[in-house]
Amino acid sequence: MLPSLEELKTALEELLPGVAITIDGGSVLVGANDVTAVCRCLKDTERFHLDYLANLAAIDYPPDRIELVYHLYSMAKKHGPVALKVKLPRGNPTVASVTPIWRGAEFQEREAYDLYGVTFTGHPDLRRILMWDGFNGHPMRKDYVVEDQDKLER
Amino acid sequence: MAIDEGLQSELKKHGVYVTTWDQLVNWGRSNSIWPLQFGLACCAIEMIATAASRYDIARFGSEIFRASPRQADLMIVAGTVTKKMAPQVVRLYNQMAEPKYVISMGACATSGGPFHTGYNVLKGIDRFIPVDVYIPGCPPTPQALLEGLMKLQQQIKSRSMGQEVSKKQGEYPIPAFGASGLEPRYNPAVWQPPQPSSTPVTSTTPPAS
Repeated sequence: MLPSLEELKTALEELLPGVAITIDGGSVLVGANDVTAVCRCLKDTERFHLDYLANLAAIDYPPDRIELVYHLYSMAKKHGPVALKVKLPRGNPTVASVTPIWRGAEFQEREAYDLYGVTFTGHPDLRRILMWDGFNGHPMRKDYVVEDQDKLER
Repeated sequence: MAIDEGLQSELKKHGVYVTTWDQLVNWGRSNSIWPLQFGLACCAIEMIATAASRYDIARFGSEIFRASPRQADLMIVAGTVTKKMAPQVVRLYNQMAEPKYVISMGACATSGGPFHTGYNVLKGIDRFIPVDVYIPGCPPTPQALLEGLMKLQQQIKSRSMGQEVSKKQGEYPIPAFGASGLEPRYNPAVWQPPQPSSTPVTSTTPPAS
């Protein structure tokens, strides 16, 4: 049985002194510098044992922030999901990669890098996954301008 | 071509069949169109349904979907052509043997469809290769695909072999990946952007009284 968000928060704060954790709606909000510590703790602590990263997605909130959402499940304990959120500055979104923790994060982090321009430090192979090499810009950002909109071409 | 139809049917009653070389050849060609076996999106599911027993494209002689472009003479562009896939589609078309035909199946292959304003979708395969028959629908029903095939058969029957040979244009240029899309955006030999109307729009100001 998965502990409630409040219990999760207090347990994490006990285990990781100095890490700021807030509850944001139905999700746990952590600082960009604490992602590795929190994820490692959630995976390795016997009580949570969140061994499966189901989803890693980026959301663009212009003008100033990009959010990452992690959905964590436990295959061993059959519970989940825990939603983890990280807020990043839109100008230079950089966060530690969780690929060393969950191998399945590799392609999802590449997708977030490709379409939103989030840089994951420590990622083994960070390059575009959907668009081709040599493509300029990150097309899922809300201010991306498509080359040929609905207009008569020259 | 120039056979009197009355005479032809009169002779037919006596068991004498009269035809022309073009009619004979086109009868054979139009009833054994071998499509290229490839699908790009959900339209391909309808194409598969058309090939299965319920709709049975074999009734029109087109049941032999070839996995090699060298052995196919019809390309059914069934589905969304992404910009990343477009060079491969043009390359497959180039590898098909002449005379060859293209059916643009569904809204996406024809114009980009619901993804028309997207960053990743080609706004119609006719920007790079010549299309013979367009089928509307999202996706088109198997009946619509069969209708499109019958339209293509009519086109083949209406042309002479000489016309088909003179239509031959060689290889079409394959677009390259550019910084924000395909380079070039379209092949001017097969597609031109719609020109703004040369006649000025009728003035909405009321006539001076």
